[in-house]
Amino acid sequence: MKLTGRTRVLVYLAIPLAMMSIVRLWSGEDALTSADTIGASLRLSIPILVAGMAGLWAERCGVLNIGIEGMMILGTWFGGWGAWQYGPWVGLLFAVIGGVIGGLIHAVATVRFNVDQIISGVVLNLFAFFGVRYLSDLVFVGKPGGGVSQSPPQTTAIPRFNIPIISGGEVFGWKSPNILLWFEDRGWFFVGDLAGVLYGLTHNLSWGTVIGVATVPASAWILWRTRMGLRLRSSGESPTAAETLGVNVIRLRYVGLLVSGGLAGYAGGILSIVASSYYRQGQTAGRGYIGLATMIFGNWRPIGVLGGASLFGYAEGVKLVASDAISTLFLFVALAAVLLMVLAVVNKSTTRGIVTAFVAVIAAYAYLAIEDVPESLTQSLPYFATLVVLATASQRLRPPAMAGIPYRRGESH
Amino acid sequence: MPEAQVGVPAVELKDISKGFPGVIANRDISMSVERGTIHAIVGENGAGKSTLMKTLYGLHQPDSGTIAVNGDIVTFRSPSDAIAYGIGMVHQHFMLADNFTVLENIILGAEPGKRGVIDTREAAKRVNELARSLGVEIDVNSPVAELGVGQRQRVEILKVLYRGAKTLILDEPTSVLVPQEVHELFDNLRRLVAAGTTVLFISHKLDEVLAVSNRITVIRQGTTVGTVTPAEVTRRKLAEMMVGSDLPQPEPRATHVVDKVRLEVKNLTVKRLNGRDVVRDVSFSIRSSEILGIAGVEGNGQFELCSALLGREPSTGSVSIDGKDVSHASVRERMDSGIAYVPFDRQREGLMLSTSLWENNLLGQEEKYAKLGFIDVRAARNACREVIKRFGVLTPNEEVPAFALSGGNQQKLVVGRTMSMQPSVLLAAHPTRGIDVGAQAAVWEEIRNARDAGMAVLLVSADLEELLGLSDRVIVMFEGAVAAELSPRDATPELLGSYMTGAKVGA
Amino acid sequence: MTSARRSLLDSLPRSAVILLSSLAAVILGLLICGVMLLVTGKDPIAAYRTILETGLTGNKLLEMLKRSTPLILSASAVAIGFKMNLFNIGVEGQYLFAALIAAEFASRISAPPVLHVLLTLAVASAAGAFWASIAAVLKVTRGINEVISTIMLNFISLSVMQWLFDNYMRDDSGGGLRVTTTEIAPSGRIPDIVEGRLNGMWIIALVVVFCYWLIVFRSKFGFRLRSSGLNSIAAQTVGIAANRMIIVAMMLSGAIAGLVAMQSVVGDEYAYGPQATPTGFGFAGIAVALLGRNNPVGIVVAAMLFGFLDSTSAVLQLSGIPNSIVKVIQAVVVLSVVIVNEATSRYMNRRTAEQTAATLRAERAAV
Repeated sequence: MKLTGRTRVLVYLAIPLAMMSIVRLWSGEDALTSADTIGASLRLSIPILVAGMAGLWAERCGVLNIGIEGMMILGTWFGGWGAWQYGPWVGLLFAVIGGVIGGLIHAVATVRFNVDQIISGVVLNLFAFFGVRYLSDLVFVGKPGGGVSQSPPQTTAIPRFNIPIISGGEVFGWKSPNILLWFEDRGWFFVGDLAGVLYGLTHNLSWGTVIGVATVPASAWILWRTRMGLRLRSSGESPTAAETLGVNVIRLRYVGLLVSGGLAGYAGGILSIVASSYYRQGQTAGRGYIGLATMIFGNWRPIGVLGGASLFGYAEGVKLVASDAISTLFLFVALAAVLLMVLAVVNKSTTRGIVTAFVAVIAAYAYLAIEDVPESLTQSLPYFATLVVLATASQRLRPPAMAGIPYRRGESH
Repeated sequence: MPEAQVGVPAVELKDISKGFPGVIANRDISMSVERGTIHAIVGENGAGKSTLMKTLYGLHQPDSGTIAVNGDIVTFRSPSDAIAYGIGMVHQHFMLADNFTVLENIILGAEPGKRGVIDTREAAKRVNELARSLGVEIDVNSPVAELGVGQRQRVEILKVLYRGAKTLILDEPTSVLVPQEVHELFDNLRRLVAAGTTVLFISHKLDEVLAVSNRITVIRQGTTVGTVTPAEVTRRKLAEMMVGSDLPQPEPRATHVVDKVRLEVKNLTVKRLNGRDVVRDVSFSIRSSEILGIAGVEGNGQFELCSALLGREPSTGSVSIDGKDVSHASVRERMDSGIAYVPFDRQREGLMLSTSLWENNLLGQEEKYAKLGFIDVRAARNACREVIKRFGVLTPNEEVPAFALSGGNQQKLVVGRTMSMQPSVLLAAHPTRGIDVGAQAAVWEEIRNARDAGMAVLLVSADLEELLGLSDRVIVMFEGAVAAELSPRDATPELLGSYMTGAKVGA
Repeated sequence: MTSARRSLLDSLPRSAVILLSSLAAVILGLLICGVMLLVTGKDPIAAYRTILETGLTGNKLLEMLKRSTPLILSASAVAIGFKMNLFNIGVEGQYLFAALIAAEFASRISAPPVLHVLLTLAVASAAGAFWASIAAVLKVTRGINEVISTIMLNFISLSVMQWLFDNYMRDDSGGGLRVTTTEIAPSGRIPDIVEGRLNGMWIIALVVVFCYWLIVFRSKFGFRLRSSGLNSIAAQTVGIAANRMIIVAMMLSGAIAGLVAMQSVVGDEYAYGPQATPTGFGFAGIAVALLGRNNPVGIVVAAMLFGFLDSTSAVLQLSGIPNSIVKVIQAVVVLSVVIVNEATSRYMNRRTAEQTAATLRAERAAV
């Protein structure tokens, strides 16, 4: 984990924010950087973030986990059921257990029996999808508010809080002033947007969200600073070398997959307990796969996954809270394309210059010509964004060297 | 680790036998290794040396026989057990994680620290100390992917020493080194041995073995033939013990090089993404009935040169076959113009292991055996049978899947397939790698006969005997460029070695 | 395994071993499901008895064949991908998109009967191939893994289809609850073979899977395709361009996928509609391809098995067993088959290696 790039990261974050600010002032569209949008984005990014971490744990130990979606589905169901019966915290626990079960199945198939990892994942997804339908048939049908495709609603939710002082949170019963909100309301260039973003990130926080974000530093620390972490990563980089040094690759792959399953289950639990208050069929909506894309975009590093998930979360946040503002996003894209075009001219790379100029023109036209993007098309924004993100990220990727390749003990013959 | 006793051998093997499905690798092997000596184990490809060493290192258990370390009979259930007894192995094919740093590779499995957390500073301190004592300079935080071959070997040795190994096993350590690096390695080994370490050294390079070891055990066809000291034997006698007869060498034959140029390469350059050129401005030509040998340490552009000539990699410069410019032609087009390739890595570049031999033989020749768009199975099968017969591929029939063949026979099939295409220009990369001695001579004969009939050959080989015995001319590649051109008569290992390491730049 | 039983197994030819192991896997899957039923308080014996009793009647067997039709097509599409080491998870999005486009096309043109149908099928294939080609191009130009891209495209396809349908292709003239595209004229319909029970599309599906076999396993192009899938580097070394193969294979896969819903569009409903056109065949096709080991006969048999199970689901529901168990049975059977297949492959490889070495030793001794 490098410390030197910290200033660079801050600059990379500041530039888009400044651009958003310009867009806001020009178009008068407040929603793009408002606290509501950012708050929703944060909430919506957590399932993708934790799903991405699930993918990371699996691939770092050497096993592709396409089955994250299925494990999330198990998480949503077991979470929804557990929360309905026993309350939200127990529900989250059950969600994790549901995911671990999925992880165990995947581990047995791929690590013990060396089934192709992608096939195992795809079959697991099928199994989970239909399995929870059957379970719903057994358990939810006939209960008030429940049916074959949803669970009865939960009665209590996980508590939310505001961070004290800066966001009007409570400290020992005293309600503190709300500094960030004050700044946001002023609407000044850049400062106002920054305040809006920070306020969105710090108020109305759910503990479920906090735990989700905590998986990032926790995973980074475990995987890069501990003995088990190093050995687990070696199982993904060079299992044969690790085996010759006495590392138990098989056992570590099981561990990695169980953790992966647990994380995926938690992500599912967030969907049915925090983001809503009941289980519904199709709740995952492909987020397991988006999580994998996030992991790829993040170059298999926790901080990268955090960055990628923020992006997707933002796309989902805008779609949910500020869908009228989507057409304004075209302006942002146009502006970004112009900036990249300038960079390309400076670097003398003609193809990139032409492509970015092209994109800028189309985006500008789209902004001016399109009033309202039809709802049926905005539904596809996150999936479209995934493709765009993956398309741009291909060059400097460094996946774990042996991820995806089955390993048998003693195979160094 | 038990206390070392005077007079007790460091390692003693008695009647070790080990078999795998279909083959008996080791049979009743017995040998005794004295402490503080360099003990070599020699044998030809496939004799069973590697299997024996893997048994000693705990990667598998022997079917019968005993291993004694410092006088105590031991059973190694895994490498951890062997490591606990002070045995460390440096593999022929390095076992390093490219994306990890040097430090991470070395401490993996034996990380210093408390309660599960790694103490990075302590680890770095220890490793740096070890490197200093070995006389080696290395940056422990650099990713292994950036290291050269010699440095990687040093990392492997450090790995083993870090775990307190008192007995080192080195599996073919010099196969990737040039003569100067070999000298350095031997100096390191002598320093270790003087300090009390025991070294077991597997090789098939008899000159090196005679130069550095205290004792030599010869293994042939899975069993021990005898143990001698360098003083007792000559190279020839050693070769006889190893093969049962003298090692064949390709004898330089009178060549009749015809004036027609078959392959002309001008200013060939292959770029890599990070800007470095892996092949730099290479120019040469090969005439009809001529073999041009390319010497060089693996990784200096030979592989990329062949890829570019084949058309598999983009390049700048010009390539012509029989006068026809193919610089922008596809692989298919170049093959149609008469070029063929025996790949560096037969499994990765040449075979589909799970399919039958006849389908493997068909690869690249589908056009020849197709009627109206469909494969003529009978003709394809017959063609394969021809190759099997002509090149002596040991197999019950042509239906057998390629993975069921031994490495040497797989190589024979690949060479046979390429030769039966009757190319005008042959690119041959280590054509006899892994092939047992008897069949080596047969392959050399085939190449020579085709050469006499007019074929031009580009031969890349690390086996200097093969290279010097077959080639009419030799060029040396270093860092992607042609460093020198010599005639085989003038090329001694020392001279070649200096060109191969860039110590000297020649005409 | 006792040595006697082991040597019996060793002496069986390869095809017998594969058949036995597939059978064993299916039975294992059924047993596991039986346990699951038991654990959740249902009677497995009653469930299986109901399935067998209802399924093995004449009419139900015809229904089995009819239900197998889209599965045969979907599995063939997936199998071509598998042969090139490509995972086309996007069959779902491809076939639905193709169904909409083809239904709209068929309802707008007028042509003599056979030609009308053939043109519609061609348009469906083209639409499927187009949608699949997007993922192929993304893989070849930007290196995007096709598993993720095809799944994303599935979702995007639904979105695009909804927009197209709501704004341009929807036909509200019929009134009533189900909305579809304009109904296709009789000249554009495929007639039933057995009235109301089996449609002519079944024959077309069989023809398609036969063509799949012919092209992939017997033709020069198929050899190149399989070689590229088995070892892409070795294939490139002899001039088989990997990128071109990826695009061609994906487009072929998409072209077959495009036909998956044609039985519904051209044979039953004579239109496309979000409620009228069945979903889920994309994923079921993957299961059938895995069960049938990408082999034409295997695919047809596996499709019939799935069709058989599907045909009993309505009756199961009536007798108190949730019909979602049918899908769970299918998923568990596939999981079990996939694991058993792997173990069998490893056994067969080891056996081949041993037998080859033994034969060689015997030959050498005889010399």
